[in-house]
Amino acid sequence: MDAIKTIELTKKYKDVTAVDGLNLTVRQGELLSLLGVNGAGKTTTIKMLTGLTRPTTGDAFLNGKSILTGSAAVKAMIAVSPQETAVAPNLTVRENLELMAGVHGLPKPEAKDKAAELSDRFGLGTIANKRAGKLSGGWQRRLSIAMALISDPQILFLDEPTLGLDVLARSDLWDMIRALKGNMTVILTTHYMEEAEALSDRVAIMKSGRLLLTGTPAEIKAQAGTDKFDEAFVRIVKEGQP
Amino acid sequence: MKGLAFSKRNDLEVLRDPLNLFFGVGFPIVLLLLLTAIQANIPVAMFEIEHLAPGIVVFGLSFMTLFSATLIAKDRGSSFLQRLYTTPLTAGDFILGYLLPILPICIAQSAICYGAAVLLGLEVTVHIVTSILFTLPVALLFVSLGLLCGSIFTDKQVGGICGALLTNLTAWLSGIWFDLGLVGGAFQKIANLLPFVHAVEMERAVLRGDYAGVFPHIWWVVGYAAAVTAIAVFAFLRQMKRQ
Repeated sequence: MDAIKTIELTKKYKDVTAVDGLNLTVRQGELLSLLGVNGAGKTTTIKMLTGLTRPTTGDAFLNGKSILTGSAAVKAMIAVSPQETAVAPNLTVRENLELMAGVHGLPKPEAKDKAAELSDRFGLGTIANKRAGKLSGGWQRRLSIAMALISDPQILFLDEPTLGLDVLARSDLWDMIRALKGNMTVILTTHYMEEAEALSDRVAIMKSGRLLLTGTPAEIKAQAGTDKFDEAFVRIVKEGQP
Repeated sequence: MKGLAFSKRNDLEVLRDPLNLFFGVGFPIVLLLLLTAIQANIPVAMFEIEHLAPGIVVFGLSFMTLFSATLIAKDRGSSFLQRLYTTPLTAGDFILGYLLPILPICIAQSAICYGAAVLLGLEVTVHIVTSILFTLPVALLFVSLGLLCGSIFTDKQVGGICGALLTNLTAWLSGIWFDLGLVGGAFQKIANLLPFVHAVEMERAVLRGDYAGVFPHIWWVVGYAAAVTAIAVFAFLRQMKRQ
């Protein structure tokens, strides 16, 4: 079974079509990067897949569950790490993790165990009792991803996970994201081409709400006739007919 | 269970903000001390402790709107709510999670204010306990106003509207500091159409053990609380849909 399958997924806001008849398939355990310039429809696509907004027409199935008719089942299997670092600032790192475990219905002892496990895995142990609002941007991102993982999601959405981070913090987060590959399906949106190339199994490029192309980074470079991924992206987007 | 985790978080967020503690507890107690000191030097019936304390309790509760609205507006602004909308929490969990945890804080705040009033000479009677219980509809009114404002405004707007406007409205139109009859006219009429003066009069009646005197004030308070809660729920669900 595919992890994600969208069928003619469309979202219209009055006169604007943000996503136009998207047909996209993501395999289980795959890391797919959704690329596109601003206004391409990436965020709207993610919002529809995560139940934040309802499609105008079409449907999507996450591990076989429809986003239209199986919203509760979909929410139970997904997790999102939003573009902005969405942490509770006056709660400690540990409390933030336990909060996310709690809202996913994990009993208290299990929530504590999971929080401890993720603290170890993400190197958050030494700052477990520090308030999240006092952490640097890099640590907050790290915590944000750990919070998304606490419910053991089958599908993880990472929206611009390394935006605004310095080189070292970005490299650390890349390692963490690489470690997730194979264990769960990951949908990543990013504006950093080197990030997409380094992390993705496959890449989907969108423009003006439509899907231009999907393929591995190597296939995309080959199709564009260049060995530079960012150049390939620019060529495909410029030449692509929406 | 899921809703409880969210409620607990909201409790902690409010209680751990030092500004909230200052305005929620410190400021009303400072006012109580200051006005009692004035009363000791220049006796004014308005500032007698059994008359003043219920007013300060209601005024203190008006800050809960600011705390609640700021929490919600910040959650919306920081994408924290958007993250939680993708979890199995239901709309009911969100609404109750924002409303209910603040109510015990309101009760605690009222108890602290009455405790301070006792130290300043308020007679200890069972009516203090009933007065604290009667703050519940007032607390619901202010917390629901917080849900409403937090669902509509940004955290900066909330600071101005709930922090400055609402607390001033409560202060001026509640008859805490001066008899509204002294101003009279349209001012008094407007004040009587709003719930603040009724909340204070209800509390004063309960504190002196005059339970008949609770009426009709309680109807104004409960009516406003019910209406504001309904509008707040509608506004929250609307912004939730928009997200």
